[in-house]
Amino acid sequence: MKTSNLMMATAMATISAFAATNASAETMTLCWAAWDPANALVELSKDFEGKTGVDMEFEFVPWPNFADRMLNELNSGGKLCDLMIGDSQWIGGAAENGQYLKLNDFFDANGITMDDFLPATVTGYAEWPKGTPNYWALPAYADVVGWTYRKDWFSRPELQKEFKDKYGYDLGIPADLSQLKDIAEFFQGRDIDGKTVYGAAIYTERGSEGITMGVTNALYNYGFEYGNPENPYAELDGYVNSEGAIAGLEFYKALYDVGTPPGSSDWYMSEDIDAYKSGQVALQMNFAFIWPGVNADPNVGGDRTGYFANPPGPAGHYAQLGGQGISVVANTEHKDAALAYIKWFAQPEIQARWTEMGGASAMRAVVEDPAFPDAQPYNKAFLESMAIVKDFWAEPSYASLLLAMQDRVHKYVVAGQGTAKEALDGLVKDWTEVFEDEGKI
Amino acid sequence: MADKAMDRIAKATPPGIAKRVRGLSDRTIAWIFVAPSIFLLLAVNIFPLIWTIRLSFTNFRVNRINADVKWVGLRNYERILTDPDIWQTMQATAHFLIWTIFFQVLIGFTLAYLINKKFRGNDMWTTIIVLPMMLSPAVVGNFWTFLYQPQIGLFNYVVSFFSGVDPASFSMIGSVNLAPWAIVIVDTWMWTPFVMLICLAGLRSIPGSIYEAAECDRASKWRQFWTITIPMVLPFLMMAVLFRGIENFKMFDLVVQLTGGGPGSATEVTSINLKREAFEKWRTGYASAYAVILFVTIFGLASIYVKALNKVKER
Repeated sequence: MKTSNLMMATAMATISAFAATNASAETMTLCWAAWDPANALVELSKDFEGKTGVDMEFEFVPWPNFADRMLNELNSGGKLCDLMIGDSQWIGGAAENGQYLKLNDFFDANGITMDDFLPATVTGYAEWPKGTPNYWALPAYADVVGWTYRKDWFSRPELQKEFKDKYGYDLGIPADLSQLKDIAEFFQGRDIDGKTVYGAAIYTERGSEGITMGVTNALYNYGFEYGNPENPYAELDGYVNSEGAIAGLEFYKALYDVGTPPGSSDWYMSEDIDAYKSGQVALQMNFAFIWPGVNADPNVGGDRTGYFANPPGPAGHYAQLGGQGISVVANTEHKDAALAYIKWFAQPEIQARWTEMGGASAMRAVVEDPAFPDAQPYNKAFLESMAIVKDFWAEPSYASLLLAMQDRVHKYVVAGQGTAKEALDGLVKDWTEVFEDEGKI
Repeated sequence: MADKAMDRIAKATPPGIAKRVRGLSDRTIAWIFVAPSIFLLLAVNIFPLIWTIRLSFTNFRVNRINADVKWVGLRNYERILTDPDIWQTMQATAHFLIWTIFFQVLIGFTLAYLINKKFRGNDMWTTIIVLPMMLSPAVVGNFWTFLYQPQIGLFNYVVSFFSGVDPASFSMIGSVNLAPWAIVIVDTWMWTPFVMLICLAGLRSIPGSIYEAAECDRASKWRQFWTITIPMVLPFLMMAVLFRGIENFKMFDLVVQLTGGGPGSATEVTSINLKREAFEKWRTGYASAYAVILFVTIFGLASIYVKALNKVKER
C-alpha cells in the first residue's frame, strides 16, 4: 500500500470511529442543589451510565441561589437541564406553565406506581393539583424538619438535677413544644466546659424561605391552617390567623427571644449546622438531610447527639416537609434518556443503594424495611417525622405567598415589630391579594 | 503634508464612488455616522423604558407567559403608593443615603485636608486609606459580617473594650435599631476614600497665590478656610455627593451580603425590594410601576441637584 493510501485509510478510520462515538454517546444534565446528597447521586448515577451508555452531567447550585437560578432556567425555557430535582413548592408552577413533563402515562407503561412511595412525599413532591393523581415528578429525596440535641450534655447529672429542680420534670427529649422552649431557655448562656453555650439554633433567615420553614413547625402544632380545606383560597381569615396560629407565632418568638444565640437573626440550614457542630447550642432545628453529617462529625457525632421529631403542640403534631421530586424538564432534547433515568431510579434496589450512599429514599420498600429504624441512630426520628409532615403552598404563585410570609413573620419574630395577630392578619391580606391577582377568588 | 495625503486619496478614489459620496450632503453623512448610536440608544434605553411604562399598567408576570395579560389601569401605582411597606423601604433608603453622604463628606474632606498638608509619608497614607475602596462589595460585606458577629467578631470586642458592654449582648446586624447603622458604618469605611480623593483633587487645584494674597491681607487661617478653601472645593464636593448619591440610591450588594434587608425590613432599601418584587415574586407589571416611580423620583431629584451644581460652578 502506498503511503498516501495508508494515510487516507487511517484518516477515514479515525473519522468513522469519531462519528460512531458521537452517534452513540448521549449526554444529559441533571440539575439540583449543591449539597452532600447531590454528591452521593453522582456516585449512584455511575451505575446508570454504565448500563445505558448515557453520559451524565450535573449542574449543582448552592442552596441560597438554587431557586433563583433554577426557576430562571425553567421560566426562560433554557435547555441546560434535562432532569430537575426541584423543590416541592415548584410543582404547581412547573405543571401549569408546562415546564415539567406529566409522567402518568410513563409510570403506567413502566409499572411505576405511586403506592410504592410514602404518601406524604407523593402529595408533596409529585402531585398537582394536590390530592389528584396527576404526577409531575418521582419522589427523589425525602426530607423533613426535625431536631438534634446534645445527648452528652443532657446526660450530665448536675444539669439533670438543676433542670428537674427548676422545671419539675426530667431533662430529656421534649414531650411537647413548651418543654422544648424550657430546655432552650435552660441552656441559654450556660457555662459548659468553660465555654458559654446557648439553647437552640432555629430558622430565622429572611431572604429566601428560612423563617417560614422554621415557624411552621410551631404554627401547625398550635392550630394554623392554610385555609378552609373546603374552600382553601377564599377562606383564609380565621384559619391563617386563628387564635391557635397567633399562639403558635407567639411561641416561636418567645423561643427566639429566650433560647437562641445572640446574632442568630438570619440563620438557616448552614448557620444552624455550624452553631451545632461548633458546640454553641444544645438543640438544633434542621432538615433531616444533615443528620448523617452530624452523626459522622468528630466533635458532636456518635453518642454525643440524639435526634427527635418536631414535638407536638396543643393542637396537633406536625413537621415541615422538605425534600424534592425528580422531574423531566419539558423542553429537554433527551427525553428518552431522561425517562430512562427515572425508570432506573425508581427501582427498589437503586433506592436502597441511594439511601445507603447518603440519599434519602421515599420508597416504602426501603423505609418500611424492618431493619431500617435501627440501621442508623437517626432513622427512627426520620420515620416518626415523615409520618407527621405538612407542606407549604405549592401554588404557581408560591414565591409571592412565601415572601409575604417571610416578611410578616420575620418582622414580628426577629424585629419585634407589631403583634402576632397583626402579622397574621397582614398575611391574610397579602395572600388574599395574591389569590385575587391569580384569579382564584 | 496631511493635505497632500488627502489629495492623493481623493485622486485614487474611483470616479463611481467619488460621485456617490459627492452626492451626500453633510447632514446625510452626519446621520450615517450617528444612526448606529441612535439605534443602539433606542434599542437598549428608550424602548425598554417605554415597554416598562406599558407593562406597569398590566398584571403581566414574566414567569406566566401563557397567562392572559390584563390592562389594570393605575392599580399597580395605587397599590405601591398606598403600601406602608414601600414607604418603609423608601425611608430605609433615605436614612442610608443621608447618613452615608454626611459621614463620607465630613470624614473624606477632613482626610483630604490633612493629607494635603505636606508631611513625610503622606503618599503612603493616601494609598492605605484608599485600600477599602478597591475591594469588592461582596467581599467587604462578607468580611464585616464576621466582624459584627457578637461572639467572635472584632467589632463587638472593640466596643466592649471601650464601653464595658458585654460583647454578646448586642448584635449590630441582628437588631432593628443597629442594623441600619451597621450598613452606614461599612459603606462609610469603604467609600470615604473616594470622597477624599475628589476633595484632594479640589484642594490641589487651588492656586497657592490666592492664599499668599490672603496672607498679605492678614486674613486669618479660619477666614482663609471659609472664604477660599470651602468655596473653591465646593463644586468638587458636590460632584462627590452626586456620585455617591447615585451609587447609594441603587445600593444592593453590600446590604444583601450584610443583612439581606433585615431584620424585619429595617434595611430593605428600594433596590432590594424592587428585585424581590420583579425576580422573586415575579410580579412584572407591579415591579415595572415601581421602577417607573423610582425613575421619576431619581430623575427629578438629579435634575434639581445638577441645576444647583451648575449654579455653584458659575459663581
